[in-house]
Amino acid sequence: MATHFVIDGLKAEIEGKEILKGINLEIKGGEIHAIMGPNGTGKSTLASALMGHPKYEVTEGTATMDGEDLLEMEVDERARAGLFLAMQYPSEIPGVTNSDFLRSAINARREEGSEISLIRFIRQMEGKMKELEMNPEFAHRYLNEGFSGGEKKRNEILQMMLLDPKIVVLDEIDSGLDIDALRIVANGVNAMRSEDRGFLIITHYQRLLNYITPDFVHVMMQGRIVKSGGPELAQRLENEGYDWVKEELGIVDETVGQS
Amino acid sequence: MSTQLTTPTDRNSAEELARSKGEPEWLVKLRGEAAELAGELAWPKPEKVRIERWNLTAVGSYAKPAPAASLAELPEDIASLVAEGTENLVVQRNSGAIWRGLSPELAAQGVIFTDLETACTEHGELVQQYLFQAVKKDEDKLTALHAAIWNGGVFLYVPKNVEVELPLQAVLYNDAEAASFAPHILIVAESNSRVTYVDCVVTDKAAVSSPFVHPSVVEVFAKSGSLVRFGSIHSLGSAGVDMTFRRAVVENDARVEWIIGDLNDGNTLSDTKSIMKGQGSTSDVKVISVGNNAQQMSLTTQAVHFGKSSDSNMITRAVMKDSASAIINGITKIEHGATKANGVQTEKVLMLSPKARGDANPILLIDEDDVTAGHAASVGQVNPEQVYYLRSRGISKQDAERLIIYGFLAPVVSEISVEAVRTQLQQLLERKLEG
Repeated sequence: MATHFVIDGLKAEIEGKEILKGINLEIKGGEIHAIMGPNGTGKSTLASALMGHPKYEVTEGTATMDGEDLLEMEVDERARAGLFLAMQYPSEIPGVTNSDFLRSAINARREEGSEISLIRFIRQMEGKMKELEMNPEFAHRYLNEGFSGGEKKRNEILQMMLLDPKIVVLDEIDSGLDIDALRIVANGVNAMRSEDRGFLIITHYQRLLNYITPDFVHVMMQGRIVKSGGPELAQRLENEGYDWVKEELGIVDETVGQS
Repeated sequence: MSTQLTTPTDRNSAEELARSKGEPEWLVKLRGEAAELAGELAWPKPEKVRIERWNLTAVGSYAKPAPAASLAELPEDIASLVAEGTENLVVQRNSGAIWRGLSPELAAQGVIFTDLETACTEHGELVQQYLFQAVKKDEDKLTALHAAIWNGGVFLYVPKNVEVELPLQAVLYNDAEAASFAPHILIVAESNSRVTYVDCVVTDKAAVSSPFVHPSVVEVFAKSGSLVRFGSIHSLGSAGVDMTFRRAVVENDARVEWIIGDLNDGNTLSDTKSIMKGQGSTSDVKVISVGNNAQQMSLTTQAVHFGKSSDSNMITRAVMKDSASAIINGITKIEHGATKANGVQTEKVLMLSPKARGDANPILLIDEDDVTAGHAASVGQVNPEQVYYLRSRGISKQDAERLIIYGFLAPVVSEISVEAVRTQLQQLLERKLEG
């Protein structure tokens, strides 16, 4: 069965402040959706709420993966159900090597007794690291500790490649990347495009979309998706900015939950 | 057959026991004096821990050990601690050594590695020069009591210029709470020698349930240009009180490296100190500990700098569970005249329970201007952002926390150069963290 991911009427708040005011979105396997919008409009909250960050509380709505409501699940269950979030600010975990972490994550998806063999794991990891032009030394470094911004982002993509998720959410994966790193990350994403996998790319720049062509582009303001279109919408936003959207919709302040 | 030592602080019985064991007269005298001191002196007073509330009287009675005919006689849990195929091994069970082995190659180089009681008889003059010179018998009730009743133990002597590649190992265990268990470890490394010594001090937990006390002393003498690596893992039972003083005297350009795993289940007083007498002497101390249940611990690391350009580094990392409490002291003392000395220390505590307690007390005492020194201390809980991140990759909450806890200890564990010790430490850590 092809992946079918549906967000329906999602509302979420942080510390009592409502940030998401009813998000509706449908992603099918094979599709790439981009969510664009200025800062402070709720884009990253959407990513965090879907993954289940403890600071965000979902107050209404559902997010179903092939009919199962992810929002009813614990964070790790959502991941095992096939959701992957490449984070804007990945945590640093001192003392845990990247390779130990990756192996634990892979084995968390396998039955006890059928863990991935060390040799097979290393072969896979090294192969993907090579695709991402990562220094092999990063396998033995402590997870994200002392990684530059770009190295962290590549490491997020490495995890995506090894974990083979059904729905990938990329939260500002392009921030802090130079043009070479951007190309490498984009190549990694493109290599993962498949009929079984859907992508949700959150960004406020169009430049990533020069490398990854989306099927659908959505504009988020005030905690809602206010406009949707095809790749041409991203192009127009790049050329003209967001003001025309605000004018068209009569929005004065596009942000949400700012005090 | 066992000889009773009813009152450990009694001069006559201490001397009588020593004579009955056939100890040399200088040692009989030392024990007698120490027994008398033990009656007069007060217990040591570590910061914020009232050890006099612990059960300190259960020192037990001397039980004459029966030598083991082969290592196969060791209980399984104990045998698993022995590095595979090692020839260089001392095993103490309760009050005395039951096994001692040294390879002919090392013996031919003049290395001595045996239990300390045997060494007092066979190498009396040599032992006498060092025994109770780094830790004095009259410091407090603990050192006096220990001097009066110590048994078994280890003596390691490495002659000048001899480099011992393989680690020498001791396993010291108790499996009878009524028997006194008070090993003394004495290590002498002559000029430009090199040696690694590792030990495990453990209780056969199935066999011991009543209170016991393990008063223990370690003395290390690192002569000029020598390198001594000392690794020790303590895993005594919950009914036990472990009181261990470790001290090294480090001469010119010599180096001492301590790796201590305080993984007892019972109350623990652990004090590890390097006295850097010599110019260019260096010391490195790494301590890890896990506290659980209602365990109380006082963990102290100390570096005392006398030598010019001496250098010390101390790291303590502790994980506290349940209602365990640990007072962690780091004391860097730089004496007047120790110019260009450098002393650095870090104490970190990870709290896994709201009822656990961990205090980190870094103390710098500096009587010289031309020095560098630094300290860092932190007490914290498992970071929920880190747990979220790991869980977002499908790792269960329990496994995520486990990874973070092991990660917290990893910078110390991964530094352990002796593989056998690292493996043992990991095993015991797992036992304690998962238990």
